[in-house]
Amino acid sequence: MKRSRLPLYTTLAVLLFFYLPIAVLVINSFNGSRFEGGWGGFSWRWYERLWHERDIWHAFGNSLLVAVTATVAATAIGTLAAIAMHRYQSRLQRLHYSLIYAPLVVPEILMGMSLLLLFVALGVNLGLGTIILAHVTFCISFVTLVVLARLQDFDYSIVEASLDLGANWWVTTWRVLIPMLAPGILAGGLLAFTLSIDDFVVTFFVAGPGATTLPIQVYSMIKHGSTPLINALSTLLLVATFALVTAAQWLTGESIKT
Amino acid sequence: MGGRGTHGQTHDRHGDADRNRKSTAVRAAAQRKRVHEWLMTLPSLVWLAALFLVPTLFVFAIAFKPADLFGGIGAGWTLETWRSLGNPNYPSIIWRTVLLSVVTTLVCLLLAIPTGYCLARAKPRWRRLLLLLVVVPFWTNFLVRVFAWKHLLHPEGLIKKTLVASGLLAPDTSLLYTPEAVLLVMVYTCLPFAILPIYAAAEKFDFGLLDAAMDLGARRGRAFRSVFLPGIRRGVLTAVLMVFIPSLGSYVIADVVGGPNSEMIGNKIAQRTFNDRNLPHASALAALLTLVVLAPMLIVLFGPGRNGTATGRPTPRPDAEGPVP
Repeated sequence: MKRSRLPLYTTLAVLLFFYLPIAVLVINSFNGSRFEGGWGGFSWRWYERLWHERDIWHAFGNSLLVAVTATVAATAIGTLAAIAMHRYQSRLQRLHYSLIYAPLVVPEILMGMSLLLLFVALGVNLGLGTIILAHVTFCISFVTLVVLARLQDFDYSIVEASLDLGANWWVTTWRVLIPMLAPGILAGGLLAFTLSIDDFVVTFFVAGPGATTLPIQVYSMIKHGSTPLINALSTLLLVATFALVTAAQWLTGESIKT
Repeated sequence: MGGRGTHGQTHDRHGDADRNRKSTAVRAAAQRKRVHEWLMTLPSLVWLAALFLVPTLFVFAIAFKPADLFGGIGAGWTLETWRSLGNPNYPSIIWRTVLLSVVTTLVCLLLAIPTGYCLARAKPRWRRLLLLLVVVPFWTNFLVRVFAWKHLLHPEGLIKKTLVASGLLAPDTSLLYTPEAVLLVMVYTCLPFAILPIYAAAEKFDFGLLDAAMDLGARRGRAFRSVFLPGIRRGVLTAVLMVFIPSLGSYVIADVVGGPNSEMIGNKIAQRTFNDRNLPHASALAALLTLVVLAPMLIVLFGPGRNGTATGRPTPRPDAEGPVP
């Protein structure tokens, strides 16, 4: 029997839907005209303007600092959590799993709001420090689940072999388990980095007046700034995303499924 | 876990010295294992308890506190905040939030199920490319994606011009700042979250079953409904969870492309937090949103006809170390 073509057409429509707004935005970022209506010829002028915007570069620096710190901390904590959950099957680990899973299904705005309340109640000064704390909190869960997925089809006989040959648990962990888990840990770290550098909602709540990250800068530009400049910035972010996704695919090879 | 110690003790009383020594060694090993387990579990457990669990519960407490004049939290307890939620605006905002989220979820499923099916049946080479094309928007900055639509729906934008030129739209109609615009952008941002779990489930589906159903006389639509859909049920449920819950809490979309008549609970929380600086009021709204979010989650996790969890993780095997209560 002939297969229905409907799924194929839907898929093509979905892809058009995905890429139409992005394509229009990228094309317009090279539009020499300040006004959206007409095409003022190909031009790099918005990129040149962007180059001279100090606020954007400052925000970008902040974003990198936050993302790198949060990624390192969340990857360490998350990997440890995944190994613990995989190695021990106890009531403690079931509780642990629920606690790791819960932040994933809580809307971001609730996490941002509750962290803001905590910091206000404790009298903590809002700034880059609180942003980092918040980012580690939501990154831990993602890292743990990615590493745990990697552990699920992990051949444990290798660990047993290492133990049988006289290595203790620490040596086995550091010299056998961690190196073999490296692709998973790397993938988890990459996910954490992307989530952190992209996050707006949680950051907006815990940022305080002085600390601006790139998404916060983009948001205030969307609300008040000039459109062509955002087009140019968005295009740069898109290019960076594309490079990162390609790198991730290359790093994890065929193993990453979703 | 507490039961294990007493187990060992009853054992000791009957045993001789040798067995006693062995039991001590076993117990020491078990003890060491427990210490290791706790050492590995504590960092994430403490972090998430302190910065996720406690603050989430804290929201409920703050909702019963008065606001002070400096945008902080006052002393004492009050029900005032909850009474002010009786304000006639709120029920309609909550209703709109739920309605927009339900429709977003349905539209996403309607598009994601055929797409997931198509991806799973595509030849490997095409599948890799299609998957990459679905994943890129998923990784793209959220604000950029929302802004792209603001750009497109703008009065001077492409869509408006095309529609007006083809006579489908009166020149003075606004596409931006409407609930429909919010819905459109919500679907746009959520769709990858629906496609990926459905594709993951469809990839494991045995498509031979569809042929079998049709050999046995089922028509194409019937086979799809009665064989394919139940086969990918898990993926569909995950998709529902991944779309519906973030939708309920979304506020940036309504903030950027919505107008005064498309506000959602999230917008009110942000307004109370940033514009009015009334944290107890914002907390009460956040507490309300938490309750709205919990309902679908509990239905999916513990609802009828479920085996295992919606987490995609196999149910933990029975505890090898002792009886499970």
